Amino acid sequence: MKNVMRASIISLSSALLIASAISTLAAGSEADFKAAYSAAEAANKEAGALRNQWTVTAAALADAKKAADAGNFDEAVASSKEAEALAKASIFQATSEKEAWKALEIR
Amino acid sequence: MASTIRVRATSSGETTEVQALIQHPMDSGYVKDARGELIPPHFIQQLTFEYDGKSVFVADWGPAVSKDPYVKFSFKGGKKGDDLKIGWIDNKGASDTTTAKIQ
Amino acid sequence: MRSAIHFASAALALAVLAFAAVPPVAADAPDPVADAKAFQKYFAQKFPKLKLQDFVNGPYSMNEDMHRQWEEKEQFPPYEFSLDMGKEMFSKPFKNGKSYADCFPNQGIGIRQNYPYFDEKEGKVVTLELALNRCRETNGEAPFSYVKDEMAALTAYMAFTSRGKPFDIKIPADPRALEAYQNGKRYFYTRRGQLNFSCATCHVQSPGERIRAEVLAPALGILNAMPIYRSEWSGMGTISRRFATCNSQIRGVPLNPQDDEYRDLEYYLSYVSNGLPISGPGARP
Repeated sequence: MKNVMRASIISLSSALLIASAISTLAAGSEADFKAAYSAAEAANKEAGALRNQWTVTAAALADAKKAADAGNFDEAVASSKEAEALAKASIFQATSEKEAWKALEIR
Repeated sequence: MASTIRVRATSSGETTEVQALIQHPMDSGYVKDARGELIPPHFIQQLTFEYDGKSVFVADWGPAVSKDPYVKFSFKGGKKGDDLKIGWIDNKGASDTTTAKIQ
Repeated sequence: MRSAIHFASAALALAVLAFAAVPPVAADAPDPVADAKAFQKYFAQKFPKLKLQDFVNGPYSMNEDMHRQWEEKEQFPPYEFSLDMGKEMFSKPFKNGKSYADCFPNQGIGIRQNYPYFDEKEGKVVTLELALNRCRETNGEAPFSYVKDEMAALTAYMAFTSRGKPFDIKIPADPRALEAYQNGKRYFYTRRGQLNFSCATCHVQSPGERIRAEVLAPALGILNAMPIYRSEWSGMGTISRRFATCNSQIRGVPLNPQDDEYRDLEYYLSYVSNGLPISGPGARP
């Protein structure tokens, strides 16, 4: 019984290892791009609602789309993630500036 | 149509100082428009100031001169009330002239 | 020199009167009168050699070399073509026979210093550019782009007819007007764009200093010379154009011309420059 279990555990872990190896290789798939891009778009939209979008965010999104159109999904995912990071930074800026602006005011 | 040349010439007795502002796009031919197409070159090639039948200032221009060029110079002589004639020709063959009285 | 001092003290006196006209507000509410006093005092202390009216020349008042350039430029200003076009446009009637004069007090002459104003019916700030386009639309004409030459020409002419008149922006006893003023102030001091600049970063903290090759203008009087012929643009620019390009220069996506934030910003900036003379149209590097 133990040997059978051990064998199945080993085969299960190998299967899992192989599966994760495959998914790492397929990191730049179209599905990954779509997910990364829509996350970036959503963040940028939130920044828009705060009236604080950055030009560089739009540029990164455009780069991502361009790379995806060319089938270069690795690059497309990287650009999307950069766009998301920029968008999130712009949200942080808008939120913290709600109070921080007062420090600059001439009194 | 109103003249493209604004000019003011002031005589101080010995010399006359001339300032001119000319309305012209002065497109260099290197700039692209919003659609990404080159705006064709359109610039003044020669600008001449004449006093008493003689040229007192001649400029041979090219694409390096910017839009609505401004010129300021002085020449010896020139009396109050006399005429100063200004003219330009551009690379498309268009031209304009005007005459101003020296103040 | 004496007449200049008289003018300055007259302008100051007018400024004090203008501020006194704003009704008293609750202690924790914004106090525009105090704001404007502090604003003008800050710049006067930073540039003690300047008279109040000098601030309307922006970067040209920041050092001697710039001032010399301004004097030369004034002899043959590059905005003349736009000004002439504006005068022509202003007097030409619309297709329905009416004209701009019918939309404005005093036929539109010598009134620029009263804009922007708070429209209590609409509950919003109305700028001169906005009023001009509304005039066009009311009379069946297509509105002009807020950033292009036609709008610049019209506002150039209207500014010209008000030259020398001190800014006279009013904040009526309406909490919405006070809120618009406060919104404008908040916009001015809020950092934005990837470069994390606020308007104040350049125009309050660093006037007279350089950003790349440009000498920065002080925020006091910064709208008095609008619209401007800007050598950098090889052409005219309106207040709308400048607000948008300031945003994009610090890598922030510009809002739309005449969005609430921009209207409120213009309201704030104009109010704190009350008492300073209109000098538009102007020229800048």
